[in-house]
Amino acid sequence: MSEAPSNKRPAPAPPDQARKAAMRVRPTAPIVPSTNVSGNALMLVIAIMSFLACLTLGAVSMVRATAESWQSQISREITVQIKPDDKLDMDKALADARDLALTFDGTTAGNIVDKEATARLLEPWLGEGLDLDELPVPRLVIITIDEQNPPDFAAMRKALTEAIPQAYLDDHRTWVDRLVAMAHTTALIGTGVLVLVFSAMVLTVIFATRGTLSGNRHIVEVLHFVGAEASFVASEFQKHFLKISLKGAGAGGLLAATCFAAASFWQSRALATPQSDQATALFGTFAIGWMGYLGIAAIMIVIALLTTLTARYTVMRTIYEIDLIRSDPARTDTHQN
Amino acid sequence: MGPEILRDLTFDIPRKSFQFLTGPSGAGKTTLLKLLFLSLQPTRGLIRMFDRNISVIPREEFPMLRRRVGIVFQDFRLLDHLTTYENVALPLRVRGKDESTYRSDVLELLGWVGLGERINVLPPVLSGGEKQRAAIARALIDRPEILLADEPTGNVDPPMARRLLNLFMELNRLGTAVVIATHDLSLMDQVEARRMILSQGRLDIYE
Repeated sequence: MSEAPSNKRPAPAPPDQARKAAMRVRPTAPIVPSTNVSGNALMLVIAIMSFLACLTLGAVSMVRATAESWQSQISREITVQIKPDDKLDMDKALADARDLALTFDGTTAGNIVDKEATARLLEPWLGEGLDLDELPVPRLVIITIDEQNPPDFAAMRKALTEAIPQAYLDDHRTWVDRLVAMAHTTALIGTGVLVLVFSAMVLTVIFATRGTLSGNRHIVEVLHFVGAEASFVASEFQKHFLKISLKGAGAGGLLAATCFAAASFWQSRALATPQSDQATALFGTFAIGWMGYLGIAAIMIVIALLTTLTARYTVMRTIYEIDLIRSDPARTDTHQN
Repeated sequence: MGPEILRDLTFDIPRKSFQFLTGPSGAGKTTLLKLLFLSLQPTRGLIRMFDRNISVIPREEFPMLRRRVGIVFQDFRLLDHLTTYENVALPLRVRGKDESTYRSDVLELLGWVGLGERINVLPPVLSGGEKQRAAIARALIDRPEILLADEPTGNVDPPMARRLLNLFMELNRLGTAVVIATHDLSLMDQVEARRMILSQGRLDIYE
């Protein structure tokens, strides 16, 4: 009837009347209602879940970065400790130890901790105005090493002991091993939390989308019965749910990104204050870097795709079920007068 | 499995024919219409539609077959968030047609069924009779080859029932086969037409 000329229709309305009426037709509404209570609730659920997932991702990446930085800072240096001895010229021994250590491949710099610095190190225990010459305090040489290509610690230890019997090489291995173990555990726990939050997000989004769609089943049915192809119905719902999920995931992701940006800004503004120093010591820097922001964008895309695909799958399944009623004799008795 | 509603029915709906399907409540009129509309499958027996056995037609082809069939549901099945105009235009919209190509046709049909002044009204605001007319207009809008109407005059007054019947007959004269399920004897008495009477699962046809 769409292409039928009006003279074939019984008793057509006068053209001017039709025109007058045509002017009053409102802009065509979307087939799937753009807003309703369940749609808004779904948007809120998606926003909350994406916010939580983004926060978790940011927090986990921050913890991993901090753990790695601890590990790398402590493993970047080794220490040569020389115990005082009456027969020992300490300054010469320190210089010899530094020079000997620097002859090994994999060392990059050597730094003797001078008397003032040593006194500062001991200040918390021994107080100010300490005269190191009066106390048998060991002295330190800090050797910076190439982390990628570390020197042979055993050979260095042997050479140092042979040249200066009072020297003791501390390669921080015990600390490094503990820190590596702690960093791995932290990263593992973080990944576990991330997996849990992501699983919760995926399931929540899927169930919320299906719940919202179940309230629209009558629309699917009517479209199906007026001759819409399944792909058409699915695409209408996909468009609708893509909009909802983009709005929700966008809001949640942007809020999380804003939180990280604000924390990072606060930390940079409060640099060198006691509060900031404590926060930095505990949590590292709040900056999540471009990878973190990329992760947040990825979460938003994943949620949008997840919602859209769930909507498509659910609509196709609903249509399949409608057709199944047709072939399931046990269900026919619910449909007769 | 539920009780057998219909059994041993043999009939055809010739092209361009006009018939009433009648019988007491619960006789299976709606079930029979649903079978003809591919929304139920018989537990046994054969239904051929447009020269094809519907039991072996792939699901993907149902939409194309349904587009050749117009149906007026007893419960109207209008979408509450769409206006009368949008509900009637829905079959054309899902076929991908541009609104400018069908707007005047839809308005003309709405004028004919007496809803010319209600085009922007949402179904919850329409009366039962108006909903029924909107549902009829939706079924007619794409000029189907066969029209199945389930109690199409159940909610309208006699003059409007007469007017709708005229519409169905006019549509039939233009080539559409019409099946009207009703138990309104006064409606059937207005037209000399084939009567298919369902009773206790059996079908008697009076030409």
